[in-house]
Amino acid sequence: MAAISVQNLFKIFGKNPEKAFPLIEAGKSKDEILDETGNTIGINDASFEIKEKEMFVIMGLSGSGKSTVLRCLNRLIEPTKGTIKIGDENITEVSKDRLLELRRKRMSMVFQNFGLFPHRTVANNVEYGLEIGGMPKEERRKKAYEALEKVGLKGYEEQKPSELSGGMQQRVGLARALANDPEILLMDEAFSALDPLIRADMQDELLELQAEVNKTVVFITHDLDEALKIGDRIAIMKDGYVVQVGTPEEILTNPADDYVKAFVQNVDRTKVITAQAIMRKAPTIQIPKDGPSVAIRKMEKVGVSTTYVVDENRRLRGVVTIDDAIKLKEDGKKDLEEILMTDIESASPQTPINQLLPKAIEAKYPIAIIDDEKNLKGIVDRATILAELNENGNNAASDQDEPKSTDQ
Amino acid sequence: MFDIPVGDFFEFIINWLTDNLGGFFDLITITVKTFLVGIENILLFPHPIIMIILLAAVAWYISGKGVGIFTVLGLIVVEGMNMWDATMETMALIFTAVFIALLIGIPTGIWASKNDTAERVIRPVLDFMQTMPAFVYLIPAVLFFGLGEVPGIIATLIFAMPPAVRLTNLGIRQVPEEIREAALAFGSDSRQMLLKVELPVALPTILAGVNQTIMLALSMVVIAALIGAGGLGQPVVTGLQQLDIGLGFEGGLAIVILAVFLDRVTQSLGEKSQ
Ligand SMILES: Nc1ncnc2c1ncn2[C@@H]1O[C@H](COP(=O)(O)OP(=O)(O)OP(=O)(O)O)[C@@H](O)[C@H]1O
Ligand SMILES: [Mg+2]
Repeated sequence: MAAISVQNLFKIFGKNPEKAFPLIEAGKSKDEILDETGNTIGINDASFEIKEKEMFVIMGLSGSGKSTVLRCLNRLIEPTKGTIKIGDENITEVSKDRLLELRRKRMSMVFQNFGLFPHRTVANNVEYGLEIGGMPKEERRKKAYEALEKVGLKGYEEQKPSELSGGMQQRVGLARALANDPEILLMDEAFSALDPLIRADMQDELLELQAEVNKTVVFITHDLDEALKIGDRIAIMKDGYVVQVGTPEEILTNPADDYVKAFVQNVDRTKVITAQAIMRKAPTIQIPKDGPSVAIRKMEKVGVSTTYVVDENRRLRGVVTIDDAIKLKEDGKKDLEEILMTDIESASPQTPINQLLPKAIEAKYPIAIIDDEKNLKGIVDRATILAELNENGNNAASDQDEPKSTDQ
Repeated sequence: MFDIPVGDFFEFIINWLTDNLGGFFDLITITVKTFLVGIENILLFPHPIIMIILLAAVAWYISGKGVGIFTVLGLIVVEGMNMWDATMETMALIFTAVFIALLIGIPTGIWASKNDTAERVIRPVLDFMQTMPAFVYLIPAVLFFGLGEVPGIIATLIFAMPPAVRLTNLGIRQVPEEIREAALAFGSDSRQMLLKVELPVALPTILAGVNQTIMLALSMVVIAALIGAGGLGQPVVTGLQQLDIGLGFEGGLAIVILAVFLDRVTQSLGEKSQ
């Protein structure tokens, strides 16, 4: 089941939202509707699903409706129309009390300018959600301290937020959001107020933290690089519409329209396109089952001079060349282990191709792409990588005089 | 040309109120008086030396060494001028008036901050209360409550209340939107929002309002003495009536010393809360 599912969501700001609907149906633009009715379209018929434990990024230019969508999820902003389900609960219809409970237990939020309470110490900030939920003092203190340790702020518990740097303050914000162990984290441009180096650090840490805590994260940004770095999937918004939802690769390789294309054109694809997107199937033989005869026959059949060797669990063991195999056979031996070459380059399917290139230059054979269990998934050869890099270079060159899409 | 009988109308209202709500005003008089006398007794009970040490310690603790020393010297001068009892009476009067002003003013300010219509109505009322010459309050105060300390307190608190309302309203409205959102996002109900977030964040501003209220109340001391409220206003009034420059000056000096003490201490209180 989807962690969050949004269906036909509308938010119209203004006195008479009903007046805007006929105009929306008539296909009028956001500006026209504002002129004619005085209503601002915040969200226009948005539908999407967020998977359990997914890092879901919403991106778009300023005013495209990102924050409004996020705030509809915990109803800091009341949707005008549509349904939002958290699990199987339609939160647009829940009672006030239930809503408070949802906010206290199931989701929490991180803010662009941290939103910390200036009169409370760091630990008191972190325990706020637990405190208003009625948790006894000792217990919530303990949880607050734990959450602070998780974000690397041990020792700062009794300071005031104003005594900390921006990056540290946002760690407090993160700890506060984690303290009540919610299923869903809502992050509104959480790193946008930080300077670039700290920002990159925080992105890395969020990814590490996510590997540990495994939340469903809805992360808003207007920075494409940030979106590509942390998003499992990305939704792109424009004028209240959701124009595309997809994985970073889908968005880069298959932009839904010119708006998305303009967004992604300056991206360095070599950082985003991964080995699994360009790998091909490898010829394999299995030991100890197969001997030199099988190896030779297979290589001759496909027309290659090397083959990859896996064991009975399909774990990669190495490669053998056709010359060595023939020699082994002539010597009357059967055990391929004798001619197995194990010092081959390998990489995980998620490796971006800019990191594959140095390996490809060193390697005598195509790079083996293996997963965490060392199962062979495919191979990537030097020519393929160079072809991809070349294409990226052409793109970048032809885009040079276009304005950068992520500028605000 | 023609007359609009504003004065007559006002008089009519006042008369009607005194006739019909006499019991209510008596109740207020008794309550306020009891409160005032209680405070006065507390302030006058210890020997002046002990009280001076106590007040200086408070000043030192809250505002630092300088204000502490000033308090010792200032209060010794007050005692030396034989103004001790009058000073404590004024302190009790100010305390009572400010206490009631805050009791009414802060909740009114909270209400104004939550409700735009309320704010629109309250704002001109506050302007009116502050710009109306303070003497004018004396007349209905005397009519409702007779002569003495209680009408003095009532006139004082009406004159001194506006900053408490204004700055409470302002302080709460100035709470950054993101902080408010954070409080909501973590599941605060409206009571928790007010008590745990809005009021604490607005506290420095509210305390600035309290400081102003105290200062305005002090500025009423002499005027209140005109209707028999006593205290430090009395020597000034007597000095005026009998052209006794010395007496008038002593009363004035004691008021200044008290004002500096109260101002510095409440100001530091506001700064500390930031
Ligand atoms: N409270 C409000 N009243 C009226 N209009 C609003 C309100 N909040 C947002 N809007 C409008 O709704 C639209 C979407 O705003 P939103 O804040 O969601 O954009 P955003 O994508 O988060 O932009 P940014 O990157 O600047 O934060 C904008 O046109 C904005 O002006
Ligand atoms: Mg926003």
